[in-house]
Amino acid sequence: MKNEKIQKIKDKRKKEKVTRRNFVRTFLFTFASLLTPPIVLAEEKIKKTRAWILGENYNPYEHHWGMGIDINKCIGCGRCADACKKENVVPDEPFFFRTWVERYRIYDGNQTVIDSPNGAINGFKDQDQENRNLTRSFFVPKICNQCENPPCVQVCPVGATFITPDGVVLVDDEYCIGCRYCIQACPYGARYLHPETKAADKCTFCYHRISQDLLPACVEVCPTQARIFGEVKKKASPLVRFLRMNKVRVLKPDLNTEPKVFYANLDMEVK
Amino acid sequence: MQEIVEHLTPLLSEITGYIYPNEIELHWGLLVVIYPYLTGLVAGAFILASLVKVFNVREVQPTYRISLLTALAFLIVAPLPLLAHLGHPDKSFEIFLTPNMSSAMAMFGFVYAWYLMAVLLLEIWFDYRQDLITWSREKQGFKKWMYRILSLFSTDTSEDALRFDRKASKIITVIGIPSAFLLHGYVGFIFGSIKANPWWSSVLMPIVFLFSAIVSGISLVLLIYMIITPLRGKELDMGCLDKIASYMFYAMIVDFSLEALDFIHRIYESEESIKILGEMVSGKLFTSLIVVQLLIGMIIPLIAITFIKLFRQTPPELRRLIYFVSAILVQVGIFSTRWNVVIGGQLFSKSFSGLTVYKMTFLGLEGLLVSIGLLVLPFLILYVLFLMLPPWMEKIKS
Repeated sequence: MKNEKIQKIKDKRKKEKVTRRNFVRTFLFTFASLLTPPIVLAEEKIKKTRAWILGENYNPYEHHWGMGIDINKCIGCGRCADACKKENVVPDEPFFFRTWVERYRIYDGNQTVIDSPNGAINGFKDQDQENRNLTRSFFVPKICNQCENPPCVQVCPVGATFITPDGVVLVDDEYCIGCRYCIQACPYGARYLHPETKAADKCTFCYHRISQDLLPACVEVCPTQARIFGEVKKKASPLVRFLRMNKVRVLKPDLNTEPKVFYANLDMEVK
Repeated sequence: MQEIVEHLTPLLSEITGYIYPNEIELHWGLLVVIYPYLTGLVAGAFILASLVKVFNVREVQPTYRISLLTALAFLIVAPLPLLAHLGHPDKSFEIFLTPNMSSAMAMFGFVYAWYLMAVLLLEIWFDYRQDLITWSREKQGFKKWMYRILSLFSTDTSEDALRFDRKASKIITVIGIPSAFLLHGYVGFIFGSIKANPWWSSVLMPIVFLFSAIVSGISLVLLIYMIITPLRGKELDMGCLDKIASYMFYAMIVDFSLEALDFIHRIYESEESIKILGEMVSGKLFTSLIVVQLLIGMIIPLIAITFIKLFRQTPPELRRLIYFVSAILVQVGIFSTRWNVVIGGQLFSKSFSGLTVYKMTFLGLEGLLVSIGLLVLPFLILYVLFLMLPPWMEKIKS
């Protein structure tokens, strides 16, 4: 009887002993806790930024912005690219653009020459000196397409670039870590790394203006109204009228980015 | 600001065709080439180690610990080039704290931490535990304490405990193989998932990355083993060398086939981008892709090792020489593979109408000097690791 009791106590002690198995288990669990840092989802951060950007009188949920560009109306003066740089303090150097204008010259035999000297800010001065027959020629303003399905937003590792409820893709330059993944992911070359802030930068549709009921700078200065800005969905919008009156196309539709910049009279050579 | 402008202005004259104006600055430079190169070595070295533990390939036993320590040394350095290339290295921790769940890059922190903590360190610890305890008993002073701390104050060297060590390290290796695949396959995914870039966007990318990683890791361990053994005044184990070279050879054949498949597939599908990519491959990328990556880094070593396999009577001296030279060529080839992926993917415009150039700088955070430093650093770490945790298997057996 007594022996049995002693045996039981011995067994119990054996069980309570710090066995290797127990040690390793505790050890592994301790490590596991190291692997779970306090995670704040990007979503949370974005909410704060939203509140900071928008004033009190602007409700982004009531809008959905887009742009229409009529190729036939563009004269390649480059006022839009110039106004954009001034309005948004984009560096003057010819490597950083939020918007620019391309010139297409298509010769006999489908030879295409494209250029955009300094983003067309100084216009296109050099005349055609080649002895070839020009089939057609036109100007194409380019800008961030403010995609509904933006690859740049998808790839940003920290959520510094995001899509607002009114459909504009913005960058929080104080939050951007400068990894440039978004620049790689943008099919339109619409992004650059700002040489001073070292953060990604791009067209905001002049968010500071549109949230004050003003037009984006490039739309405001366009002498031929080649650029139309407005609501994508509201009936009274000039953009909806533009979409009704023209046959439109978007750039690189096969990538399924669902751009909100619509081109009328776009040529097949434009990429 | 002034620096960037001075760097970019002369490039304007070297552009052919039309590129978007924002594309003149090439965003992922040499540092981003080094990152996949380093992680590839980590994954490859670990796969070689796993051959011993999981697949019981006894011949490569002498390189088991060398492989593990090599993987560790390179893994420690792997995030540094990424950090140095960021516009804001000071904010890099945001990737860990506020990850954007839809971003492949945001997973970096998790994949890296998992691999370092749950796989590599644990496996090394279990494998070395007995030795750490022995050393902590043998040595004096600082070293005694270092080994005691490294062994996490464990003292149990009973047969039971050792059996558990072996079991644990086997289980960790089994988990480690998919983890190593994840570590490098994931790097491939970062590139392969960019639909905007036809040079990168390929479902094969993670797999090609993986096999080139295995090739490079095995060849690196082969090199380290071949250099360090004579330095220690020991004999090279020819059986081990033959086996490692064989595995490198097989991995190269798979890697070569995958790359050939990718190449043929692109040409056969002949999509919108094929013209500009063809122009790039036959022009600006010809030397680094066709000559260095394909000919020097792949075909010549493949032919050389095939020669050894056909003529089994080749004297050991010649075999050693061929293995050594092949392994060096493979390293050069794989580095150039990374170069061709990363830099090649940025040399053509997404307008598919023109090509740009990449000019490396010498000084500066993203310059050549820092990059060379980052390639030398893992070897310094490895040297320290070899001193701290001697991986020589002869001693252990005796």
